[in-house]
Amino acid sequence: MSTATATPRTVPHTTRPQSSVSRWANHNRKWVLAAPAMIFTAAMILFPLGWTLYLSLTNAKGSVRAEKEFIGFDNYASVFADTARFWPAVGRTLFFTGGTLVAQLVLGMVIALLLRKNFRGQGFVRIAVLMPLVATPVAVGMMWRLIFEPNIGIVNYLLVRMGIPAQPWLAGENTALPTTMIIDIWQWTPMVALILLAGLTSIPEEMDEAASIDGASAWQRFWHVTLPILWPSVVVATLLRGIDALKTFDILYATKGRGGGSFNEVETLNVYAYGLSFDYNNYGIASAVLILFFGLILLALFLLVRGNKVK
Amino acid sequence: MRTSPGYRIFRIVAIAVLIVVMLMPIFWMVLSSLKNNVQIFDVANAFNFDPSLENYRNVLARSDYVDYIWNSFFVAFMSTAISLVIGVPAAYSMSRFVMRRSALVVLMARIIPGVSLLVPWYYIFSNLRLVGGYSVLILSHMFVALPLIVYIMMGFFDGLPIDLEEAAQVDGLTPIGAFLKVTLPLSVPGLATAAILSFIFSWNNFMFALVLSDAGTKTLPVAIFDFIGYASIDWGGLMAASTVVTLPIMLIALFAQRYVVSGLTAGAVKG
Repeated sequence: MSTATATPRTVPHTTRPQSSVSRWANHNRKWVLAAPAMIFTAAMILFPLGWTLYLSLTNAKGSVRAEKEFIGFDNYASVFADTARFWPAVGRTLFFTGGTLVAQLVLGMVIALLLRKNFRGQGFVRIAVLMPLVATPVAVGMMWRLIFEPNIGIVNYLLVRMGIPAQPWLAGENTALPTTMIIDIWQWTPMVALILLAGLTSIPEEMDEAASIDGASAWQRFWHVTLPILWPSVVVATLLRGIDALKTFDILYATKGRGGGSFNEVETLNVYAYGLSFDYNNYGIASAVLILFFGLILLALFLLVRGNKVK
Repeated sequence: MRTSPGYRIFRIVAIAVLIVVMLMPIFWMVLSSLKNNVQIFDVANAFNFDPSLENYRNVLARSDYVDYIWNSFFVAFMSTAISLVIGVPAAYSMSRFVMRRSALVVLMARIIPGVSLLVPWYYIFSNLRLVGGYSVLILSHMFVALPLIVYIMMGFFDGLPIDLEEAAQVDGLTPIGAFLKVTLPLSVPGLATAAILSFIFSWNNFMFALVLSDAGTKTLPVAIFDFIGYASIDWGGLMAASTVVTLPIMLIALFAQRYVVSGLTAGAVKG
């Protein structure tokens, strides 16, 4: 295999007789090569999505196999009227996504700029930055559960030693969601930092230096030189992180369990839809929530791509 | 470029803080996994204790953990292998024929919330009597692995010059033959990146296995929850179990750092 050469062989190749299957496959190779992956994805998405859409218009409950009636848009109506669970979940989803995204972009940018120039020991630092990112999210949740434990956690121990009152962190009704956001920021800021760092290495340093000689301050150089060139990387990072933040599940489930805790304090749309589906088996309502959730993701994606094109 | 000494000191301090923030929590997890529950409660003497592997002995002996390690490995390995087989040719075709819209179909898998597919999957696969078996776990993890592989490999093939394939075709190879015998051997770095990333994401996946596995096919992220009881948490065991899940992945990242980083940042430069 490794002997495949770039230069054409000198000995003329005797044309092998091709079978008709081979000829057909080569002629249609565009689709022959792409088809298995596309068929797999389509089969795994299209029918299930259609099914979910159908379930959202029925009163399916208990067992998917049970008798169900077509009830039109009643599920959507009751979801929209649900101020106890649905709308708070929408709020938490947006708050979680917006907050973590902004923090990760800002901190990721700072880290990328910090690590931009070569220095001794940079290999070790880059490995340190990579570790949170590859760690299993459920294990990360468990790890922080111990660290933030109100009575035996190291964070409260240090706070009290410094004379700051202990905080309830994950155990508090109002502090739980921000605490899960801290965990998410810890785990995923490295991702943004690495993407931006990869983008930074493609910027020639001469540009920065030229601006510096022209008397531009560090901030001006960042704002007018670095950021515009880096913009495509910022967009990629925002898209990747934004979509995943909207769908966050593992950390929330690992730290607070079912339903986002006993007061649903970290119940986002994804956690809510999961609970409706698999804890309450309320498939009709769950499907309506999921369709709306998917719509929200597509809307966010559309706005991001659109907003970026205008620039 | 000139940097003021003030900035240099700031940079050193900032990088030191960064290292502590990134590694300290992981270090704390490993440290706690070497303690019994009495020692874990004694935060004031956190570093003053006799380390013991007792928790690991419990984890590995007690709860079929060796089986769960195998389950995680087998599912991640198989889903990665099959996704490579169908994903790499697709990425090649999508790159060479510039099939952006078809690529979007595959990348859709990355965007759609998994929960919205799980109820129908559960229904279909339980009708086929597959729920709880390996095949359904592998299929669902392929759903994670495939878009990742297609995304990474499309970027890789985009950057691979087409001349070599054309030369091979002049040489008498069919187009598919040229792909198999010329392009693929040249793609080893890209394939390694895609395979490693895909393995990591499958290994770390939690939600699909939570619904689709049973007591025998449970993967590690699901099995961790065995250490959380209704009344109390076995912190030492929990930290040991969390370490067991995370350690293999961190070792991979350590030794294949270049591939992992290039996979994670794929597409970042081109935009």
